[in-house]
Amino acid sequence: MTETTATSLGMPQLPAPDYPADVRARLDADAREVIARYPGPRSALLPLLHLVQAEEGHVTRTGIRFCAEQLDLTTAEVTAVVTFYTMYRRRASGDYQVGVCTNTLCAVMGGDAIFDELKEHLGVGNGETTEDGAVTLEHIECNAACDFAPVVMVNWEFFDNQTPQSAKQLVDDLRAGRTVEPTRGAPLCTFKETARMLAGFPDRRPGAVEATGGAGPASLVGLRLAKGEPVAGRGPDHVIAPRATADGTPDAPRADAPTTGEPPSGRPSDEAPGGHPSSHDAPQQTSASDQAGPSPATPEGGATPRGDETAGPAVEEGE
Amino acid sequence: MTVAAEINETSPEKILAPVLSAFWDQPDSWTLETYRRHEGYEGMRKALAMAPDDVIAYVKDAGLRGRGGAGFPTGMKWQFIPQGDGKPHYLVVNADESEPGTCKDIPLLFANPHSLIEGIVIAAHAIRSNHAFIYLRGEVVPVLRRLHEAVREAYAAGFLGKDILGSGLDLDVIVHAGAGAYICGEETALLDSLEGRRGQPRLRPPFPAVAGLYACPTVVNNVESIASVPAIMNKGKDWFRSMGSEKSPGFTLYSLSGHVTNPGQYEAPLGVTLRQLLDMSGGIRRGHRLKFWTPGGSSTPMFTDEHLDVPLDYEGVGAAGSMLGTKALQCFDETTCVVRAVTRWTEFYAHESCGKCTPCREGTYWLVQLLRDIEAGKGVRDDLDKLNDIADTINGKSFCALGDGAASPIFSSLKYFREEYEQHITGKGCPFDPAKSTVWADNDAHLGVNA
Repeated sequence: MTETTATSLGMPQLPAPDYPADVRARLDADAREVIARYPGPRSALLPLLHLVQAEEGHVTRTGIRFCAEQLDLTTAEVTAVVTFYTMYRRRASGDYQVGVCTNTLCAVMGGDAIFDELKEHLGVGNGETTEDGAVTLEHIECNAACDFAPVVMVNWEFFDNQTPQSAKQLVDDLRAGRTVEPTRGAPLCTFKETARMLAGFPDRRPGAVEATGGAGPASLVGLRLAKGEPVAGRGPDHVIAPRATADGTPDAPRADAPTTGEPPSGRPSDEAPGGHPSSHDAPQQTSASDQAGPSPATPEGGATPRGDETAGPAVEEGE
Repeated sequence: MTVAAEINETSPEKILAPVLSAFWDQPDSWTLETYRRHEGYEGMRKALAMAPDDVIAYVKDAGLRGRGGAGFPTGMKWQFIPQGDGKPHYLVVNADESEPGTCKDIPLLFANPHSLIEGIVIAAHAIRSNHAFIYLRGEVVPVLRRLHEAVREAYAAGFLGKDILGSGLDLDVIVHAGAGAYICGEETALLDSLEGRRGQPRLRPPFPAVAGLYACPTVVNNVESIASVPAIMNKGKDWFRSMGSEKSPGFTLYSLSGHVTNPGQYEAPLGVTLRQLLDMSGGIRRGHRLKFWTPGGSSTPMFTDEHLDVPLDYEGVGAAGSMLGTKALQCFDETTCVVRAVTRWTEFYAHESCGKCTPCREGTYWLVQLLRDIEAGKGVRDDLDKLNDIADTINGKSFCALGDGAASPIFSSLKYFREEYEQHITGKGCPFDPAKSTVWADNDAHLGVNA
């Protein structure tokens, strides 16, 4: 296959070109340091992939070849690993990866609205980059900050308790080159610089470790209550469902438990919802061959239907 | 045995028991200096003065159970490591916290990383290991930074490295960042990932205690489990057992999130109830009521407001038909569409299914198809039975627990909210307005609470 072939089969062109000699020498030294940490050299593969991503911003054929040579693996073996993990980018992307959590809790608390507004504001879809190369927008899975929902991550630093307005301001600041600081984490560096930390090279910037101080506010709520300190929102007007019995017998079902039949609010039931908010990148289409199945789905939300997505992250993240 | 807080107790000072979180509000809480001011590394001194087998027996007697979800006794896991086998032993800390709703290890490591490092030294001494790994999910760079620094500080202080405090123990700790894969929280998938492979679960037996990392005896423990060990060694197993219940002793981090007035971390003895936690913290957000919640992440069957008084320990939650899991108490109020919630979780499982086994790989795909149609008003009544059938085909028949986790929200939501699914079908659409569920929907009541 040549560069001019009209139909791309997605096959890598072998062999991949090597890095320029000076880059190669520098990366060789870094790789030796990474590999030396581990009792078994192959354990260094994930960090080495972060390392080559730190060099080029995504994992290229050259990066894959480099890792394979360092660890005496085939490029196929390395590619199999690259395609499994979502943090390895497969194509050039922006300096700032803006990830909006749209797993259930954040989505419900406002993550879906934030993601939709950012898509419209930036004019890009999931996984796409703004024309200036500054911002790559993605939706992400649960990032272990549910008590700060809705959460946005930029280059894997925490931006807690976001709103559509704060998120739009955030991306505007990033595109304008203004200094942006997370609610938990260090002042932002580029995606490449972040990838180098993930390869196991500590952040040497002065003040980076202590930036934004100790635990975030939500992390401290229980401690403050335990110390008898006041916490906002506590009061007699905040009641929980009453107990079933006056003596507080645990676990008794409530006679007046709300039924699920009548949601209190919402649009008229005969009004079909628009593109529903779940249409991201999990499996998209219902197979037309399943005649007994649900009605044939139409492609939703502008996402490209891809019939092979059942194979999991490997295929899913592939391009 | 004492249950530390009576069921009718509502005073936070009496219900809560901050141990790991006790000094998170102190300046520079993540530093070695602050940690040592709060009796840091004292438990390690006591443990290193004991024979390794005695440390194992002590942790076993204390009754510490795994905080990563399964609740397996930590001391027993250590005891399974064969001794005198001539092979290297490895300790691997599972810091791949990714279960939807779970948010305890990340704030713990951000505010108090040395509790984990100290626990690692004690555990390594007990299982006679010279190499420990912290497998941290990659998507939390602020925590990675603090772990790098904590390990550096510990080496500089002589708490890691050669001949720690003259005990003869040599220990190296490697902080290893993952690359984005929920399945790597499964312990054998984690080991494959740590060996530089795709993170897919392994067949057991052999269990990691016999053939784990590099086919050598390996203990894999959750962050919170290991971080709880120093306090046990320092303050004693009787102190530990004075909290919680006979079978679920001790303290733990409960993570309250969602439509509550004060989401956050609440460290309490095992067995506290959601009603107690809500009562003390301001309850569900003003003007709303609890609809459904998870006791331990999305993989644990959901509860409703019938379950507010279930003791949140391993036995109590199990008896009520769910699992304590990671104590991730995600609370959703009446504005939330349960079909939307379950659809999104199911999309997560489909996305994260590693593809190794057929029931999970194919089953989660079809669940998503069905759920999306139902949510969009295109479902038919038979779809509900089909959902149940597919979930049943995944549950217990998959290679690892990811499949069981994917089935949990399906089964439990159909159990408690079947009418709501039917309403989507008969009404040809979702009757809920997602805008009403957002944090900013009731701005007057909620503004500033999270600030």
